[in-house]
Amino acid sequence: MELALIFDLILLITLIALAWLLLASSDIFRAVVLFIAFGLLLALAWVRLGAPDVALAEAAIGAGITGALLLVGLGRLGSAEHYRGTRTRLTFLQRLSAPVLIGVMIPSISLILLLELSLHASATPGQQGLVNVLLDVSGTNHGVTAVLMNFRAWDTLLEKGVLLLALISIWSLDQARPLFRQNDISPQLTGLARLLLPIMIIVAGFVLWQGDHAPGGAFQSGAILSAGILLAILVGYTLPTRRQGLSLRLLLAVGFSVFLLVAAATLLSSDYLLKYPDSLAGSLILLLELVATASIAALLAAAVVGGHPPDDLSKPVDRSSAVNGGQT
Amino acid sequence: MALTDLITAFLLLGSLGFFLAGTLGLLRFPDLYCRLHALTKADNLGLGLVVLALMIQSDSWQVVIRLLLIWLLVLVAGATVAHLIARKAQQDGHQPWRR
Repeated sequence: MELALIFDLILLITLIALAWLLLASSDIFRAVVLFIAFGLLLALAWVRLGAPDVALAEAAIGAGITGALLLVGLGRLGSAEHYRGTRTRLTFLQRLSAPVLIGVMIPSISLILLLELSLHASATPGQQGLVNVLLDVSGTNHGVTAVLMNFRAWDTLLEKGVLLLALISIWSLDQARPLFRQNDISPQLTGLARLLLPIMIIVAGFVLWQGDHAPGGAFQSGAILSAGILLAILVGYTLPTRRQGLSLRLLLAVGFSVFLLVAAATLLSSDYLLKYPDSLAGSLILLLELVATASIAALLAAAVVGGHPPDDLSKPVDRSSAVNGGQT
Repeated sequence: MALTDLITAFLLLGSLGFFLAGTLGLLRFPDLYCRLHALTKADNLGLGLVVLALMIQSDSWQVVIRLLLIWLLVLVAGATVAHLIARKAQQDGHQPWRR
């Protein structure tokens, strides 16, 4: 028990130190690398807290996909010197604002936490008992999946909508630019991609299937698949132009659309949003997880690529003008 | 203390040596290429010994295979990433350190 406590303390101190370093760093690239390291250690903290579902999501999405997103964004910014902010003299009130904000927020948050802890000192396990009672009729064998896809499926529905909305916003900004220079692909990386891509597809399927009875599910599986898609893009694979139109958009939207259809159907048949009929619950959850995985994989990868496919699909993309070549 | 525990402790201590050497190399070596070398070689072997130690402690062969797979994946990914960083550094004109 003592050793575990020491490990937790070291982890906690490292997390806070990393957070401080990455916020205080004036070099953006350094900050991004520290952010990825922070995400991985945070995943470890979630494991220590007994929340492997959150840990998986944090490692795959918080550290992995978000890290890739930030690195690509950094490449787009061009040379880092441009964006190293200049410091201007602060007024007295501006100087005062940060200490006051921190001085008020930290005591109040600590106070709220302390009050909460003292009220619930007997440490009730939350809704766990209720979830366990209802698990039999939920259509799945894992509590977290039951909450996400059945008891609180409403939240998951909105989550899918938010993700789709985010990509629509990204696409409305600009046309996608190539992530790399075509003549610059390392044969080593191509070899790695050929080795890893089949493994990643199998692992994604495994994680999705795990979601029925253990930590896993659509979001984690989709994140792994999207990492595979990005790896494929980085070694020069492209989606055929005839698939970049309606097919791609259908793939991006299918997760949310099917979820919405199921929601409407359940509302009409039972008067409650997303209250599945008991006999159909398992099949419906499987269907929703499958389409959600496909959409999440495509959405996350498309967000990292950043920007919509070329308007005139008959014109080949000009790869010589890659913006990212000199950065990452 | 059982024999397996003894072997595990021995392997873990060995891995500690590799990780320490790798970290020391990362901090003290003169240029990027040397540091990459120290980091990847030491981490690969250090992780290998940790995985071996965990394999001895695990109860089922499924866990053993998963651990082995994790080590192999880290080996492949680590080697490729080290190559990519070195390649980029060379393209950017980093000269290798000379005495």
